[in-house]
Amino acid sequence: MFAAALAATLMPLMFGGQASAQGEDDPPAEEAPAGELDLSIFGQLRYDDPTTGDKVSAPNVTIEVEGVGTVETADNGEFRIAVPEPGDYTVTLAVDTLPEGVNLVNPDANPLKTTVNQGSDQRVLFPLVSGDAEDSTAGGISFRRFAQLAAEGLKQGLYLAMAAIGLTLIFGTTGLVNFAQAELVTWGMLSTYFFNFYGLAGMFGFLAPLPPPLGGGVNLVLAAVLGVIAGGLLGYVLNRFIFRGARRAGVSLIAQMVMTIGLSILLRYVFVYIFRGAPRSFGDFSAQRAIKLGPIELTAKDLVAMALSVIILIGVASYLEMTRMGKAMRAVSDDRELAESTGIDVERVITWVWVSGAALAAASGVFFGLDQVKWDFGFRILLLVFASVTLGGLGRPYGALVGALVVGLTINLSTLLIDAEVKNMVALLILALILLFRPQGILGQRERVG
Amino acid sequence: MDWGFILERTFSTMFGVEVMVFALAAVGLNVQFGYGGLLNFGQVGFMAMGAYGLGVSINYFQLNFLAGVAFGIVFSIVLALILGVPTLRLRADYLAIVTIAASETIRLFVRWRRMKEITGASEGIGEFTDPFYESGLNPFTVGQRYDFGPFSYVGRDLWVLMVGWTILIITVLLVKRLMSSPWGRALKAIREDEDAARALGKNAYAYKLQALMLGGVIGGIAGMLQVIQKGSIQPDTFNPVITFTIWAILILGGPGRTWSPIIGSIIYWSLVSFLENVLRGLPEGPAGTLEDTIGLSDFNVSQVRFILVGFGLLLLARFRPQGIFGSREEMALDDR
Repeated sequence: MFAAALAATLMPLMFGGQASAQGEDDPPAEEAPAGELDLSIFGQLRYDDPTTGDKVSAPNVTIEVEGVGTVETADNGEFRIAVPEPGDYTVTLAVDTLPEGVNLVNPDANPLKTTVNQGSDQRVLFPLVSGDAEDSTAGGISFRRFAQLAAEGLKQGLYLAMAAIGLTLIFGTTGLVNFAQAELVTWGMLSTYFFNFYGLAGMFGFLAPLPPPLGGGVNLVLAAVLGVIAGGLLGYVLNRFIFRGARRAGVSLIAQMVMTIGLSILLRYVFVYIFRGAPRSFGDFSAQRAIKLGPIELTAKDLVAMALSVIILIGVASYLEMTRMGKAMRAVSDDRELAESTGIDVERVITWVWVSGAALAAASGVFFGLDQVKWDFGFRILLLVFASVTLGGLGRPYGALVGALVVGLTINLSTLLIDAEVKNMVALLILALILLFRPQGILGQRERVG
Repeated sequence: MDWGFILERTFSTMFGVEVMVFALAAVGLNVQFGYGGLLNFGQVGFMAMGAYGLGVSINYFQLNFLAGVAFGIVFSIVLALILGVPTLRLRADYLAIVTIAASETIRLFVRWRRMKEITGASEGIGEFTDPFYESGLNPFTVGQRYDFGPFSYVGRDLWVLMVGWTILIITVLLVKRLMSSPWGRALKAIREDEDAARALGKNAYAYKLQALMLGGVIGGIAGMLQVIQKGSIQPDTFNPVITFTIWAILILGGPGRTWSPIIGSIIYWSLVSFLENVLRGLPEGPAGTLEDTIGLSDFNVSQVRFILVGFGLLLLARFRPQGIFGSREEMALDDR
């Protein structure tokens, strides 16, 4: 359902401008044998002007890739150097060629080790700062920064909301706190990555030579739709083959919760086994330039993804309010026995809850993946998801939505005062405070939960 | 394939440092979960508190070793209070959520750049163990290797093992004694039926908080022993997978039973060590086949372990929540 909405909205984009851009970057596999593809390491050197706050490019800076050669940045600060084959490379920025008064934010990260993967160019980042490196961490409170952080918080909150609603739906109908929800997020992200690079069947090595779309990768938009479908499918499989049996055998909820934890480790390490530890990015839209909207800078992909997540969230809300299945979900959530006695097939509702909850988590993973694809991403945001769900009241979908937005905004705005490195700690603080003073959540009803 | 070597390594693992540390941490979890029914999914956080309490007070505050140990214990108690006070009045799963979140937060906090001076940030703390190894009580030569039949340890580890196993056995016996005392029986009653226990006038909240603190302190001591053996404190070794391994060990042995943490830990680490050594010791032919088909190499052999931990935990919780040797009566995996 969500997948269909995604597809419908992005179809024009797929066959429009993006298709031609992709054609230039990645010549189809038939034209060049594997290994001779034009792989390159690229990036852009820019820094904030301390007085105006504008982005300024750093031209004529020498970048060396060990064993390959050197390149100078163009007027817009961009550089691109072709590398012969996938593998590990060391990239060095010649610090003395930087413009006057400009330094690396993190001098320890130069030289930088990077890995170029088969079939994708590798972006390297050398964050720059005008003035001393230490200054950038202090950060001041300005309207511009506030607006930018609020925008990023809104973005994170919207993406979080999808994962949180999935978790809260499953909790509401089955009473199970699903710790593997984090891995459902990662699953959406990774399966999208694999569809994006290997097509529908290419991840199985021997099927890779098939013509696209079966082998060789599909456009990210289609891959994202497939990723969300794969998410729903995994949700179905988990419920059908693991948790339905456990419920029938009368396994207690606590034991089921330990099962989800086992499942979470199992999936996570299967992911790292297959995907390896290094972060990667999707093949399309990975190097977009930010668009200025008043004081805010966001990339086009962010804007599209945020709009899409709003559409999906509205879709979920109308699904819960208007369709028979949505109403049944809420009924089972409110009172399982009562719902059952009015003729609702509870097991069928639970199946749909698992499918849609997992698909929502996968969608969240796809959107988060626009920034970075990593094997333990879901686990990294698990704390935020839990904080959102608890804030809104366990088992309440709208509560989870509000909770996610509050968490996203709060932790991002908190970086006005504290280091970004520890912003997730603020989520724990929210969690502890809400449990102390309003354990039923901001939208929950007053009732004894102890 | 060198079976002699593989068996020697497996045997040495059976009473090695990992078994001892994880068994002790599991004793702590056993107090909390096995006897108290508390879902603490942040045991690694208590281990980190113990370890950093020790390391920071020696390395940063220049205190002596015993004061460091005392601080490690105090830190663990403080963590238990922070986690327990808001959550223990609520339904059981809230504690699970908060503890799992807190243990990750502790890791983020100690590796925070600004904590560099105190906790050493991502580089951690080193050089705080000398008083332990140079203690006059140490009967072993630190650098020498000692063999006892199939068991073989370095003198340094042997000293840690001696201290560690002594603490472990004493702790297990103390916990056994405690659980047959009125306090322990009240705790078990609360696990079985909180409302009934409250109706009998027991302050369930206080009992649960005390159990969380006691288990946390035992976890903290396990954390100290671990970093003493390693000789350094690395923030990233305190990751949530440790907690889940401890859970797997406890459920393997059977929650709520006296010796289950030790039995579970021995079974778990022997299996892991045997499997890893076999996989790493494979001759060229089969090793090559495995690498070609499923991409198994020296590099990711250790990930297989965690895949198996996850799978084992899933199966145990589903089919034998009382553990391999546990009894249905003591089974604590129950609704609350």
